[in-house]
Amino acid sequence: MSESSFDLIVIGAGPGGYVTAIRASQLGMKTAVIEREHLGGICLNWGCIPTKALLRTSEIYHNIQRADDFGIKVKDFSFDIKKVIERSRGVAKQLSDGVAYLLKKNKVTVIDGAGKLASKGKVTVEKDGKKVGDFEAKHIILATGARARALPGLEPDGKLIWTYKEAMVPDMFPKSLLVIGSGAIGIEFASFYRTLGADVTVVEVMDRVLPVEDEEISGLAHKAFEKQGMTILTKTEVKALKKGKNNVTATIAANGKSEEKTFDRVILAVGIVGNVEDIGLENTKIKVEKTHVVTDEWSQTNEPGVYAIGDLTGPPWLAHKASHEGVICVEKIAGVKDVHPLKTGRIPGCTYCLPQVASVGLTEAKAKELGRKIRVGRFPFMGNGKAIALGEPEGLIKTVFDAETGELLGAHMIGAEVTELIQGYAVAMTLETTEAELMHTVYPHPTLSEMMHEAVLDAYDRTIHF
Amino acid sequence: MPVQVLMPALSPTMTEGTLAKWHKKVGDDVQSGDVIAEIETDKATMEVEAVEEGKLGKILVEEGTEGVAVNTLIALILEEDEDESALEGVDASPKSEAKPSKSAEQPSEPSPQPKQQAALQQASGSNDGNRIKASPLAKRMAEQAGLDLGQISGSGPNGRIVKSDIEAALSGGQPKAAAQAAPQAAAPASQPAARAPSATVPAVMGEGSFTDEPVSSMRKVIAERLTESKQTIPHFYLTVECEIDALLAMRKDLNDRAPKGDGAYKLSVNDFVVRATALAMRKVPTVNASWQGDFIRKFHRVDISVAVATKSGLITPVVKDADNKGLAEISAEVKDLAARAQEGKLLPEEYQGGGFTISNMGMYDVKEFAAIINPPQSAIMAVSTGAQQPVVKDGALAIATVMNCTLSADHRVVDGAVGAEFMAAFKKLIEEPLTMLL
Repeated sequence: MSESSFDLIVIGAGPGGYVTAIRASQLGMKTAVIEREHLGGICLNWGCIPTKALLRTSEIYHNIQRADDFGIKVKDFSFDIKKVIERSRGVAKQLSDGVAYLLKKNKVTVIDGAGKLASKGKVTVEKDGKKVGDFEAKHIILATGARARALPGLEPDGKLIWTYKEAMVPDMFPKSLLVIGSGAIGIEFASFYRTLGADVTVVEVMDRVLPVEDEEISGLAHKAFEKQGMTILTKTEVKALKKGKNNVTATIAANGKSEEKTFDRVILAVGIVGNVEDIGLENTKIKVEKTHVVTDEWSQTNEPGVYAIGDLTGPPWLAHKASHEGVICVEKIAGVKDVHPLKTGRIPGCTYCLPQVASVGLTEAKAKELGRKIRVGRFPFMGNGKAIALGEPEGLIKTVFDAETGELLGAHMIGAEVTELIQGYAVAMTLETTEAELMHTVYPHPTLSEMMHEAVLDAYDRTIHF
Repeated sequence: MPVQVLMPALSPTMTEGTLAKWHKKVGDDVQSGDVIAEIETDKATMEVEAVEEGKLGKILVEEGTEGVAVNTLIALILEEDEDESALEGVDASPKSEAKPSKSAEQPSEPSPQPKQQAALQQASGSNDGNRIKASPLAKRMAEQAGLDLGQISGSGPNGRIVKSDIEAALSGGQPKAAAQAAPQAAAPASQPAARAPSATVPAVMGEGSFTDEPVSSMRKVIAERLTESKQTIPHFYLTVECEIDALLAMRKDLNDRAPKGDGAYKLSVNDFVVRATALAMRKVPTVNASWQGDFIRKFHRVDISVAVATKSGLITPVVKDADNKGLAEISAEVKDLAARAQEGKLLPEEYQGGGFTISNMGMYDVKEFAAIINPPQSAIMAVSTGAQQPVVKDGALAIATVMNCTLSADHRVVDGAVGAEFMAAFKKLIEEPLTMLL
């Protein structure tokens, strides 16, 4: 069957895989994508998208709770967790169907099943224990993603001890919740459940929450969460989890002391591990380090003709990083001119908790560590007209510049809508702006984005509105 | 859509080439990897392989056409399910991708710039002398470092100069192409290179018929570069006479010991010259440098360019890291490079770079000569014939085999005394070849 030979086969149709397949097709490559579960991968079905739908519900609930501040009287209101979940599932399904349409539109062959490297240039696909077929391609891209990591003694059981998956389709709304890990995933769930009224405790082994963010931002986030009633325990470890009938007792240790606390449910958010099993890596030269496939700047593995992108490879583990990696990979294969490797330092990261957090580039500490002489600018939401008018006075926008060249090294934000604002700084970095161009850019008034302008001015001691 | 075959860029500075030969005719089947044409550039001839499979549908540039710009559409390959009708209406303007993309994410570029990519270059940049395209950060960094943006080529979109290009220009040297490209058309940015057509040919005087031979791209480059060299570099010359009897004896000894088959070698006098030069460069590293106007670039590695005369002109393949290679290794490498140079089959990285050149005319019975420095190098050694000559030893006449070696040096980098020191070190190694073991 001539339908078994392709220019490119992508294993995995998450944001890395399906975007890559579509780009490859645009470039004229005969492409197939193999997906064993659901088009759109984790991101669309059990990650980015449904969580944002859930967080929208909690955001609206939060606003209704303070509707009185805005002059609106609301008597009775409540949430129906089943309907909340249903909405998020509906959103996920709609987008997953959308991906199917896009793949069809771009003439990408979609193969249903689990793909595995068989031999050079060959992939074999199985579904439900039965063989679907053998396929061949000159280029094979592995995009099988990742899953939640378990720690010894802290294994998820799908019922009382949740991973992100169960957390987004809870069997019941927990009255008390323990979240282990304060990275983006943990914090987003903590925020969702707290806003809707659960008693939430977050345990983090590092000395601050959201440890990859700028220290100052982590500090502000910590304060904001505590003000909302979350219990935040940093430099703390969960040593053991003992399951009861319908609850879990955790042994929480800090400073050499430990205590036991019981919660309705536990969410494990201690990182991810790449899905490197069962994809045929054994007979190849592909190297795996700490559960992730080792690749070069063009996403090539050690096995010629085999590439890897996305969560399966190194950090940052973000959907947009996966998509760009894949696009660059196939553009390079297709011989497109002017292709450059991805600059990971220009990839923004967003956390959609309340208040939102967003950043791109170097933190203040990291810039100093690298020996750069820097200028730092700050602007608080409190000084911005729109923020106050919106009733969102808490937050901060911070910029880090190279003192000598004026290069924008990093931007860090916390507050309402910052996840939508960060793109401005990302575009600026790609265009290699200096502070001058940012100062000359006219930001519209009244907007939250004006703070981005002021944060630049402040780095040069020229801020007007604070 | 038939697959477009575009004129490839075979080196970072190639802007055009000659389509020397077609290996396939219209109607021939083409497999991925098949050689379909040969392209001749100023340096070498290279084969173009097909990436796609199909049938050669149309040839748009005839064999022998010169001055074909990089990215020009040269042929169309019909895919499996297409026939000749697919060739109609295919517009001949080259696109930057294999297939036209529907979503025009970028404003349509006019014919894509057939210019350089990443590598550190001294060639006139992507800028047509008017607007220099550089990111704001790159502009500022260049200003701060006192760099002329016109001398830097950009790796950003549409040849834009970006931060990494400035960093590369400042740190000097990329891991692959060590130092600068040697025989490159290094035209100053202020004026385009003398590609101006027809200088007025003065009326030919006297009788007699003559033939006007068109100038090949290789010859053009040689003319440009060596003229520039003689006009801008303050050359001075140092000659030493080397007695090479001990060297010849050692050479015979070593060659007699050569195994047959695997590991065989046949050392020439030039191999010894290369090694002695490399070791002398280690002793006097000042000659392994390049004048850059505001600073002198000192190379870390000893890369020696060896001049090879080919039927189309002079080319200088590079023996990299020469001071760390033994005589046999140098010998094998020079033989291989020279052979491929004759066939026009050198890869760009094999003739670019080099910190010092050796030009050996010994086989032509030349008694003495002075060579022209290849910018951006600072020196070149001219090696002449070793011939039996009367010499004076301990006050009496004796006979020795004497080989004259003349160093041409750039006085901006190498002062007289330094040049003399270098030649003294070189001469000592040549006359006492056993010391090359140290």
